[in-house]
Amino acid sequence: MNTSSSFTNRTSNTLTDTWILIARSIKHITKNPDQLLGLTIQPIMFMLLFRYVFGGAINTGGSTYVNFLVAGILIQMAAFGALTTSLSVATDVRRGIVDRFKSLPIASFAVVAGHVVGDLVRNTISAVVMIVVAFLVGFRPNAGVADWLSIVGLLLLFTFAMSWIAAIMGLLAKSVEAVQWMGFFVVFPLTFASAAFVPTSSMPTGLRIFAENQPVTHVIEAMRSLMIGTPMGNHMSMSVIWFTAIIIVAVPIAAKLFRRHVSK
Amino acid sequence: MADSVIELRNIKKSYDKVAVLEGINLTVERGTMLALLGPNGAGKTTTVKILSTLLKPDSGEVLVNGTNAVQDPNTVRHMIGLTGQYAAVDELLSGRENLIMMGRLYHLGKEKSVARAQELLEQFELTDAADRAVKTYSGGMRRRLDLAASLVATPPIIFLDEPTTGLDPRSRLTMWKIIQDLMKNGATILLTTQYLEEADQLADYIAVLDKGTIIAHGTADELKSKVGKERTEIVIEKNANFDNAKKLFDDAGIKINEEERSISIPTDGSVRAVKSILDKLTNANIEIDSMSVHKPTLDDVFLELTHHS
Repeated sequence: MNTSSSFTNRTSNTLTDTWILIARSIKHITKNPDQLLGLTIQPIMFMLLFRYVFGGAINTGGSTYVNFLVAGILIQMAAFGALTTSLSVATDVRRGIVDRFKSLPIASFAVVAGHVVGDLVRNTISAVVMIVVAFLVGFRPNAGVADWLSIVGLLLLFTFAMSWIAAIMGLLAKSVEAVQWMGFFVVFPLTFASAAFVPTSSMPTGLRIFAENQPVTHVIEAMRSLMIGTPMGNHMSMSVIWFTAIIIVAVPIAAKLFRRHVSK
Repeated sequence: MADSVIELRNIKKSYDKVAVLEGINLTVERGTMLALLGPNGAGKTTTVKILSTLLKPDSGEVLVNGTNAVQDPNTVRHMIGLTGQYAAVDELLSGRENLIMMGRLYHLGKEKSVARAQELLEQFELTDAADRAVKTYSGGMRRRLDLAASLVATPPIIFLDEPTTGLDPRSRLTMWKIIQDLMKNGATILLTTQYLEEADQLADYIAVLDKGTIIAHGTADELKSKVGKERTEIVIEKNANFDNAKKLFDDAGIKINEEERSISIPTDGSVRAVKSILDKLTNANIEIDSMSVHKPTLDDVFLELTHHS
């Protein structure tokens, strides 16, 4: 039974299944343009708010506020965007379609992965729009091609990791409404108690220690360094370690929860 | 030995220490349909979920086409089609996209999936709505699509969990016809329902599930005969005639309702038996005001059985 050829077969089947389910999630983007629009417009409004309303009052040291802001706002957008995975997973689970998928001879991992990757595509679209708007409101980075590739890589790694956490929340939540609140309570403190909008040096000690050491700050500082040349320190390596570790832990948990989940 | 395709042996299942199934035994033979009949909360859906590998039982044995569903769920998943209580289809996709996706997940290949989707859309009368998002479908259309989705890979064993609950009478009839066609094509079907009429109309065998226990099983006729025979009821308004008639049928296990002035006489259900009652009345010169024949329904069976438990 457990010959290597049947293993190869199973692996290629799982990849095909995952691809089919990714295609399903990507179709959802085109069928539900309102969601894409909302997910893109909201962070743009945040950016305009911080750029023009609060920004003038925030001292970032050397750089202009808009240059400082873009890394933080991109990460915040990616974090909230990743939460759509918890919604799409929770919707599947509530609607009974999960029972259909589970009665199929496919890997349970594929269903969750389909959502995660589909949402990654959606968030990438939003991120591109966001960066274009950033340039329009005065963002002037000095990143080279290699820097940009690293920025894109970090953003994808971060979104992918957050999407898996969101998938776990979607599988644990009792209702679709509960999912939205759970996500908010996780993402709000992680993105605001960070270096996203203000330098951490302005924060009270306890908060500052949290903000400086939590993973979201590392990825923001790493991207900021690549964009405008702020000190890199260990931010890049810490980001890669944190979010790779999150993926390694979250993927099997999500797959296991999905297998165990039975509607009703 | 009988060729049983679905077999449950002493299945027990509890959720949070609340026993849902308390030792279920069921057998469905190849090419037949068993209706699992029971009220809400009897354990019907849990039984289907265990059969379709979505749930593991706490104890007992589940055999689907000879394969142990607990030890080897993937083999079982290749042989079954499941239609749950809630239409398990993707609301944002169109009917056609749903069916093609299912075909591809069953590894039919792209071309075959497309062809099979078209075939099913025609069979289930969904061609007009094929390319519309499912969220615009009516309840009946959704259920038909859901059933179609479970048949993409032409599974020989089909589980239908309350396939007509919440449907209007017309959609229910359409669904019945579709299910009967599946039977004709040789599928083995386990259907759950809370509609006694549905079990009577569709199934070869009926098992009555109540509070996690099978309280009766057999053919519809066998179950009905448990409750009693057919009865012929006559109503006589005139006092003298009513009393005479009572004497006339005195020995036959009759039931008399003085208020409604009716006499209910057990018969074997044949026309001859009914005619002999009428002949007796005519010979005795008793005029009756009305007559009716009552067949025991599964409702009677159900009320009788659940009453005792």
